[in-house]
Amino acid sequence: MCLAIPARIVELEGDKAVVDAMGNRWKARTTLLPEAKLGDMVLIHAGFAISLVDEEEAKETWQLLAQIANFEDTQNKISG
Amino acid sequence: MLERIHNAQQLMNEVCKTLGRQINVMEVCGTHTVSIFRNGIRSILPGKLKLLSGPGCPVCVTDQGYIDVVLQLADRDDILIATYGDMIRVPGKGGSLETKLPSANVKVVLSSEDALQLAKDNPEKKVVFVAVGFETTAPATAVVVKEAAAGSLENFCILSGHKLVVPAMRALVSEKNHNIDGFLCPGHVSAITGYRSYAEIVEGFGRPCVVAGFEPLQIIDGLAEICRQLAAGKAELKSVYTAVVTEQGNTTAQKIIAECFEPADGYWRGLGNIEKSTLKLKDKYSQFDALERFDITETPSEDTSGCRCGEVLCGLIEPPECGLFGKSCTSELPIGPCMVSSEGACAAWFKYGPEKKRER
Repeated sequence: MCLAIPARIVELEGDKAVVDAMGNRWKARTTLLPEAKLGDMVLIHAGFAISLVDEEEAKETWQLLAQIANFEDTQNKISG
Repeated sequence: MLERIHNAQQLMNEVCKTLGRQINVMEVCGTHTVSIFRNGIRSILPGKLKLLSGPGCPVCVTDQGYIDVVLQLADRDDILIATYGDMIRVPGKGGSLETKLPSANVKVVLSSEDALQLAKDNPEKKVVFVAVGFETTAPATAVVVKEAAAGSLENFCILSGHKLVVPAMRALVSEKNHNIDGFLCPGHVSAITGYRSYAEIVEGFGRPCVVAGFEPLQIIDGLAEICRQLAAGKAELKSVYTAVVTEQGNTTAQKIIAECFEPADGYWRGLGNIEKSTLKLKDKYSQFDALERFDITETPSEDTSGCRCGEVLCGLIEPPECGLFGKSCTSELPIGPCMVSSEGACAAWFKYGPEKKRER
């Protein structure tokens, strides 16, 4: 559960942001990363940006996340 | 990319040959465990390099006693339980939150802020946030506790199950019969703590600590780096996850944790009591501590009989060595926490194993 998801800040007002990962958008906070700016790629964990991250790294993580989502889906299907 | 893998493989092979003994590396991150299995990384490692899946999943190490407190609170009509989805299936002695789910007073949230919002939206209820997770997750809890305090939001509190990774690593290498040669350290915990946080393991116990990301190449690079250090008879702090993890980590997050929480002794499932390994709210925030508010004591529970998750988490056995694994304990009907969590070692083995045992 410690996995953070890379996403781009597409809206930012104070420490309240909207972030985008491959077209999925959700609200997040930048309270823990005050240096984050509009347009930055950040790692989001449990609704908070925790670190800046570069584009290449973000893309690699998205690929891995797709695999893990697949893994967890399988788990849920087994249990369901 | 292939060349990089080949070079790392060659290095690891040479080191294993030179040292002439089995090398045990523990990964302390559930996401590493899943990535290692998913990508078949074990199959390209030398036979003498063994990976141990450590206590790297906060769900797996949450004591039954904690779950039992959550279940006890969930039975009260005046309480709403806000929990991350990860905790829903974890069994205590009296079942799991899943069994309570049809009832309206257990809500799954994606962030601590959602839990706080739940309290604002339901002033007639007392909202208890099931606050689990390592250093990555703890700052998110700290932010909302501070906000609840600032806004005098009296119907919000947390049940802290937050845990610290380094004290658990220290406990493992303090055991006389431990067999850990080095640690592959978690990426996103280290994004908060910085790789300097492993200094006491490197300096005090002479074990290499290398932080890696979750992509297969990162993990292979991390393992090769640990082998390189072992061959040189050295133990060093290193991050191969330089895109994210710095030496200092996220100091804003560290400060906010330190402002709200203090380290306290606490129980880890399978590992028992570990000194200063959990986070307890400081006195000035004690009104937001669910244990204080509802005057409850958490009693550590014995593990289910026959379940060997504790030994799995310490790297002493592999999941198939447990008598329950794949028989009475499966993904469909998990008994132990390492099978319940999708990031648990048993769940990963169950999904991707059994591996072909190679000649050692």
